[in-house]
Amino acid sequence: MRTITYKKALTEAMDEEMEKDSRVLIAGLDVGKYGGSFGVTEGLYGKYPDRILDMPISEAGYTGAAVGAAMTGMRPIVEIQVSDWVTIASDQIVNNGANMPYLLMGKTALPLVVRLPSGGYLSYACQHSHSWESWFCFVPGIKVVLPATPYDAKGLLKSAIRDDNIVIFLEHKKLYSMTGQVPEGEYTVPIGKADIKKEGKDITIISYSYVLHKVLEAAEILSGSGISAEVIDLRTVKPLDEETIINSIKKTGKVVIVQEVWRNCSVSSEVAAVISEKCFDYLDHPIVRVTSKEAPNPYAPVLENYILPQTQDIVKAARDMVR
Amino acid sequence: MNEELYKDLLKTMLKIRYFEQAAKKLYAEGLILGSIHLYTGEEAIAAGACAALCKDDFITSTHRGHGHIIAKGGDLNKIMSELLGKATGYNGGRGGSMHIATTDLGILGANGIVGAGIPLATGAALSAKLRKSGQVTVCFFGDGASNQGTFHESLNIASVFSLPVVYICENNLYGVGTCILNTSKCINISERSKSYAMEGVTIDGNDPVIVYSEVKKAADKARKGNGPTLIEAKTYRWNSHFEGEPDNYRPAEEVKAWKKKEPIQRFENLLIDKNIMTKEGMEILHSEIKKDIDIAVKFAKESPDPLTEDALKFVIN
Repeated sequence: MRTITYKKALTEAMDEEMEKDSRVLIAGLDVGKYGGSFGVTEGLYGKYPDRILDMPISEAGYTGAAVGAAMTGMRPIVEIQVSDWVTIASDQIVNNGANMPYLLMGKTALPLVVRLPSGGYLSYACQHSHSWESWFCFVPGIKVVLPATPYDAKGLLKSAIRDDNIVIFLEHKKLYSMTGQVPEGEYTVPIGKADIKKEGKDITIISYSYVLHKVLEAAEILSGSGISAEVIDLRTVKPLDEETIINSIKKTGKVVIVQEVWRNCSVSSEVAAVISEKCFDYLDHPIVRVTSKEAPNPYAPVLENYILPQTQDIVKAARDMVR
Repeated sequence: MNEELYKDLLKTMLKIRYFEQAAKKLYAEGLILGSIHLYTGEEAIAAGACAALCKDDFITSTHRGHGHIIAKGGDLNKIMSELLGKATGYNGGRGGSMHIATTDLGILGANGIVGAGIPLATGAALSAKLRKSGQVTVCFFGDGASNQGTFHESLNIASVFSLPVVYICENNLYGVGTCILNTSKCINISERSKSYAMEGVTIDGNDPVIVYSEVKKAADKARKGNGPTLIEAKTYRWNSHFEGEPDNYRPAEEVKAWKKKEPIQRFENLLIDKNIMTKEGMEILHSEIKKDIDIAVKFAKESPDPLTEDALKFVIN
């Protein structure tokens, strides 16, 4: 099987879907000849010049236009150059887009993918480092996906493009250059299904996106101390794959939830609540969460690395539970 | 002169006038809840504009949307039922007055957020252009909405991409209780089109024939691929911003002066002058339409409530 980057996997996904379906279009800043600010649409403009649209800097305008286009027969992919700025577009996503399937009672599809280069650990500071998956999970009518590997990135983006709903698709900036095995042929990864990235029996560690790789590092270190961690990559945070989570906890009885972002009312809060509701009798220990500390992402690396979760934080949390 | 067109324009305006009268009464009786924003006095814009469109053209509407939806061919029974929150409404009672939408008629929705329909309309036009469908989108919004960022962004996008959209600003002078002259230094909102190198025109929004011919011109231009237009139609609402709001901020002389040049009276006088209709013919038309509205009210009142078993359906497609 060949090895390609996460970024290339995303480009391939869009290329394949655009070739198959002339309704798929891409809109965003610098997505055309420039190839996107992170190069994710590189090479596509030459193939699909009519369907890759360089937009003016108007997040509300072009995302709202994408909602309107999605309601009227197109399948838009919007790239918001940096995920933090999706807030500018959020009125159109949440107050227009998310309400439409409900108001129209399923009569009109709303196939909109909003791709968001996101996340920290890069010293890009407080307006280019945050990640709003938790906000969108709150809203009925929206799916939220965060692939952590090139294989998942390609498969999930294809699924997202084929989905008839709004899918918020967060791509961590540090993952773009990560390589991994991706098959040559046609495949998809289902939205709403988690993946056990490493099987284990002593403790369950649930995570997603870039920080999952710190979890895998931590799992290696833990296995050196004889602690067998089962690592669940959520892949989709809305809807949550409760079955995979519950089955793992039935096995291990202990769980750490690891996310890069803030704690308060976050994905980890929801996962913890669901575990408490559905696996209470199987828990041998209170649920533990490893998250960002409560501050905007700082610029200086020493500060940012202090605020954001590191491998050692995950190792410590797991060891403290197993003792 | 197209006599059938003129008769249809009057019919549509009367439908809207009598519908809004009935809605006002039902709201006062507590059968319509939340808030309603009546279109009374502005009928010529919806009637004239939608007469220039085909069934598969798109419109986006506003919080003051009953007139647009009726003029675009909305079924009176289903609109009234939606206002009463019944299962037979266009949106199964889920939306109410400000959220009526039905894609069968190209109605991409009334909208409770000022200016939020403008990007949607721009997107529908983008979709039509990419699909080469020949469809045109009409985007209704008010004077207040022209200050919203989405107005600026959407018109710019439409201009850059030469999109088949007709932006219609219904300038009734007020955003709730604030006069537009206090929130914009542009006396004529159509002047703003220059910022987007877009054609802009100000017209008498109380003349349905002028509205029709300007919108037809703009729609034909859009269909030919020659891009968007901003039409500012000057008008005035008879009632308060929403039903129950005191409306104590508009000078009495101003209200009186505008009611004198209201669209329906003027137009009826014209039709009689030009021998397009007789007085008796008009009276018959009035009573026919009143009857249709009564039927819609009865239908809505007798329709069932939506089922709670269905309340969680269609959140996700």
